[in-house]
Order: sequence, then structure tokens, then C-alpha cells
Amino acid sequence: MSLKERMSGNEAVAYAMKQINPDVMPAFPITPSTELPQNVANYIANGEMTTEFIPVESEHSAMSAAIGAEAAGARTMTATSSAGLAFMWEMLYVAASSRLPIVMAVVNRALTGPLNINCEHSDSMGARDSGWIQIYAENNQEAYDNFLQAYRIAEHKKVMTPVMICQDGFIVSHGVENITLLEDEKVKNFVGEYNPEHSLLKDTMAVGPYATSPYGMEAKRAQAEGVNQAKDVILEVAKEFGEISGRNYGLYEGYCLEDADYVIVAIGSACGTTKDAIDELRKEGKKVGLLKVRVFRPFPAEELTDALKNAKAIAIMDRAESYSSQGGPLAAELSAALFAAKSKAEVKKIVYGLNGRDYRVEDAKDVFAALEDIAENGNKNPFEYTYIGLRE
Amino acid sequence: MSLTAKNINENTKWQDLTLGLQVYEPATSRDFMTGEWRVSTPVLDMEKCKQCLLCVAYCPDSSIPVKDGKRLDFDLNHCKGCGICVEACPFEAITMKEGK
Amino acid sequence: MERQLTEIRWHGRGGQGAKTAALLLADVAFAIGKHVQGFPEYGPERMGAPITAYDRISNSEIRVHSNIYEPDFVVVVDDTLLHTVDVTKGLKKDGAILINTEKSKEEILPLLKGYEGEVYTINAKDVSMRTLGKYFPNTPLLAAVVKVSGLMSEETFLREMEKSLRHKFRKKLDVLDGNMKALKLALKEVA
Repeated sequence: MSLKERMSGNEAVAYAMKQINPDVMPAFPITPSTELPQNVANYIANGEMTTEFIPVESEHSAMSAAIGAEAAGARTMTATSSAGLAFMWEMLYVAASSRLPIVMAVVNRALTGPLNINCEHSDSMGARDSGWIQIYAENNQEAYDNFLQAYRIAEHKKVMTPVMICQDGFIVSHGVENITLLEDEKVKNFVGEYNPEHSLLKDTMAVGPYATSPYGMEAKRAQAEGVNQAKDVILEVAKEFGEISGRNYGLYEGYCLEDADYVIVAIGSACGTTKDAIDELRKEGKKVGLLKVRVFRPFPAEELTDALKNAKAIAIMDRAESYSSQGGPLAAELSAALFAAKSKAEVKKIVYGLNGRDYRVEDAKDVFAALEDIAENGNKNPFEYTYIGLRE
Repeated sequence: MSLTAKNINENTKWQDLTLGLQVYEPATSRDFMTGEWRVSTPVLDMEKCKQCLLCVAYCPDSSIPVKDGKRLDFDLNHCKGCGICVEACPFEAITMKEGK
Repeated sequence: MERQLTEIRWHGRGGQGAKTAALLLADVAFAIGKHVQGFPEYGPERMGAPITAYDRISNSEIRVHSNIYEPDFVVVVDDTLLHTVDVTKGLKKDGAILINTEKSKEEILPLLKGYEGEVYTINAKDVSMRTLGKYFPNTPLLAAVVKVSGLMSEETFLREMEKSLRHKFRKKLDVLDGNMKALKLALKEVA
């Protein structure tokens, strides 16, 4: 019997952490992810977890300690947001290239500046090329479920790559909502024990050696293979998770997508708001739909373009500005994939929700109206991207 | 696929590399004679040497073997000719000569 | 009026517990089987700065993740906010506003910019001092908002609160008693 509860996104992920009870957690607090190490520390103090908590002096140290612990063969986790993630940057690459399956809870918050603590995807999107797998959640339930699936993906022999489990700062992390939890025993059996093939405590070995140019390129190609293989593994793990939870996950989620002429593609909590807009517009007979990207790394280019093959007009929405003059990273990568797939759909690139700017049902409806317009009249400015709710 | 460092070389395909380039054996330096990079070589004058062993502590490449509390002549397999031992020696017992 | 979805906006000042009150309301609604969403909107994170918190309470799954612009109910935790914050903005006419104040309703009405819906006041300080001997405005406010919104019957509310408070204060049963008294008195006093 599963357990009905109400929890914030942070509480939900901390609960998943408790149920998995990894060996080591080095962490440094930062809003809005502070509750994660805080709750874990409480669980440990109350004797509900046996994780070794390492209070470090910075996020750079948190990731460094995570790398050391994971290389020693310990199942390791950490959590951070925004500037904390930025401060880990150097070590993110070391973790990924050393093929250490660390799991990190990222609570998405804007990078400075302007100085702002609210939701944006600029932090994890900035780390999109660090070699980590990235999985995003729409709500607290998905953040919890994704975290439970993370170690199975990261530690899979074919993958051996660290994973970020991302949720929207404040909107999900601090919003209390209904959630269905799994029993401890079920989680324990599903996640299983971590038995790395090699580890510093077990073997005589060296981690992270210098590679001269005759080796480095092959090393990076071999590293990429772990991420490439993750696509199948994510689906396998999701299928097994569906069997124990009744909740099904893929690389993406389609909502009213199959027959939709006009599609919003987005990541995170905005997708729930978009679903409400879709329900209202469908009642008016509008063929609108949503493609929610769950997995951003590896980027499921074939699957996403296939899911969009019937769309006439597509709005690709980023909660991050990449100052590329081409919109955000999702827009850039999905546009490129649509071109490769020889899509004839009109594409509208949109940046929204920066620095926690609210995204409302009305905003989604406006986007669908704009899609209808470009499907009919063509996109007069295909190189331009637009903002939602910008005063101009 | 061989996992020993000796069998990984500049012809190895990416598929045959170890996970994260991890090395699964100790003392792989024995297979790589980095002393070959040396352009100048330390020379010990046994007459001046007082066996204080300061040079042993300073040598970054473990190229000064010690036996029964006394240093022996240089093991040049890994000596890169940095000359730190020359500076460390209080008795001017070590000098550098050009070449190997 | 039975609503499928009830949306409530809270106005308070940092440190006064408006967020906590919003979460308490979500808790008690969850306890009777509702789908809930309780969340704060963070501005400057400083004690005394105006803050907003929200509740959505629904009979079906809640997917929307935006703030609430047209609430059914507004709760004002600190009446000094009436001078600086447009508390009735977007508030539905068939809804109501509940204000925690020591002032009379007559003194409050002119500050509400001609809001046409129902106006309720509660002196949470007085209720709290009389029952708990200390100023904890959340408990009386929670009772008042439940009554004003009609989210559940008074009996259901008191039963659920006793259950949760009994768990929370299982080592301090006198505190439980004071809190239950505060809830009951607030249900009577709100008008």
C-alpha cells in the first residue's frame, strides 16, 4: 500500500534520500535547496539514516568530496542550486569524466545577476555540457520519483555517469502538494545495493589520470558513450519503476500531443500550467498539445522530433536566456533536431519565467494563439525569439 | 580488452579504454622511463658526501636509492635532471653535467 | 457555496507566519481528502517585509503552478498592510476578505477601496491572549478562514485539528488544550 502525503518538493526529495540512505552526503547550503541537507541532517540525527554527512566549506568542496567518496566505492549524493552549482563547475567535469555515478538534487534557481533567488533553469542549463545526465520534474511527485530512479540509471554498468535530478526552485521546492510515496521496503528493493566493479577501497587503482592529446579524444568519446547508453537505461528503469508505483515515465511526456497542430515544448513546472490551458482550449475545439521534456541530457533528439511530426507550429520555451541571440538552449537544440528531421513545422522560440517571473494559464493561451497565427501566416521572423510578459 | 596500462597506447581505440581512464595496477611508472627526458644529469662526488640524506628527501622523482641508511648513486631511470638535489646538498657534493 | 477549487491569498509580513498559516490550512484540507497546494511568494527575505502566500484547495488534481490572481478569499494577517498593499486586487466579488485586526469593521471598511464582497474581521491577538496567554495569531486565523471560506464544517475542522495537534503536542497536552480553546473561540468571534 502506498502512502498518501502532502509535501514540498524539497521534503519529497529529502524523503527519497532517506529511503535510499546512500553512504555519503557532502553538501553546502544554498537557497532554495538548503532544506535538502538540513532534512537529511535531521534524519541522521534522529537515527533514521546512516549516511555519513560531510559539512564542507563550499560547493567546490562538496563536489570534490563527493568525487572522493564515490571513487572509494560509496554511494554518494549532494544537493545545490544556482551559484552553488556554478561553484562546482570544475568538479562537475571531473565527476563525469571519471565516470562516478554521483546523484545530485538540483533545485533550479537563477544565476546572478541581477541578484535573484527565484526559479530559472540557467544554473543547470549552464551545466548542460558538463557530462551529467539531467532529468527534470514538473512537480513534487516527479521530483521524488525521479530521485528514486536516479541511482539505477547512474550506476548502470553501461552508463556509469552522474545524474542531476532537477526541480523548479520555490515553485516546486517550497510548494506543498499532495504526493504518493512508496514504502521503504519497495524503494530499498528497487534501488538495490551499490557494488562498483572497481573502487579505491577495494582495488589498487588510480582515478582521474592526466591524458595527453593522443588519449584525450578517445577518452571523451568513451565518456559520451555512457550518456548515449543512458537513453535506453532511463526507459528500462522507468518501466520497472512503473511496475512498482503505477506511475509511468519516459524521455518526455506528451499531453494531448498526438493530434495537436499547435504544441508547446517546455521543461518543469510550467508544463502543469500549460496542461490547464490545453484543457480549456480543447473545450473550444482547439487542437493544442504539450511536449514536456523530462530528460534533457542525453538530448532525445529523435524521440522529440518524432513526437512532433504532426505539429504545424511549435513553441519551444526556455526558462533561461543563453545570450546567443537565438533564445535558450532547448530552443537551439530542438530547432537543430527539427531541421535534421526535415520538419516543416513553424517554430517559435520563447524565453519565459526569468528570475521567477510568473507563467500563467493565460500566458500559455497567448502562446497557442501566436502558434495558430504563424501556422496560418508563416513565421515572419524565424530568427527572432520572444519573451513572455516582458514590458516593452 | 586488456586493462593493464602497458597495453594501452596511441593506437588504442576508444572502445578499448578503461572506464574514465582509470588505472587498475600499481607502479606503472616502471613501464615508463621518464629519465629519458633528462637534458642534464646529477653527478655525486662520494668524497664530499656526508650521507646526510637531505637530497633523498628533496628528490621529486625518488631517484636516489638508500640502502642500510646510506644513499647510493643515482637511479637515473626516472631522474629528469631538475637539479634540486644540487641545491639541497649542504656540502656541494652534487654537480650537474650536460646531457644524459 | 460548494467550490470545486478554492483559491486563497494571504498577506502578511516576513516573520508573522503567513506562510505557516497557509501551509496549516493546506494540511487540514489534505486531512479531509482534498488536493492541496500551499506556497509562498518570496520577495525580499526580511522580517517585516510584505509577503504573499497562497492556497489552492481542490476536489481534483492541481496542475497549475502560477500565483493566484483572482482569489476566492483573501486573508490579511497584519492590518497595517491595508495602507500599502492592494489586498483586494482581483478578489472575487462572491468571495470574502478576512482581516486580523484589533479595530472595528467600521474602521477597516474605508481602507478596502470599495470592495463589494463580504468583509470579516477577527481579533486574533485577543483570542490568542485569552486562550494561550501568548500572541500566536495563526491558530485563531486558521479557524476564522475555515469558517469564512466554508471549506469544511466546524465539527470536521475541530475533529481534524484535535487529531493533528494531539500528535504534535503529545508531550504537552496543556498546549493542545489551549489551542483547541483558541480555535473554538475564533470560530465564535469571527464576524
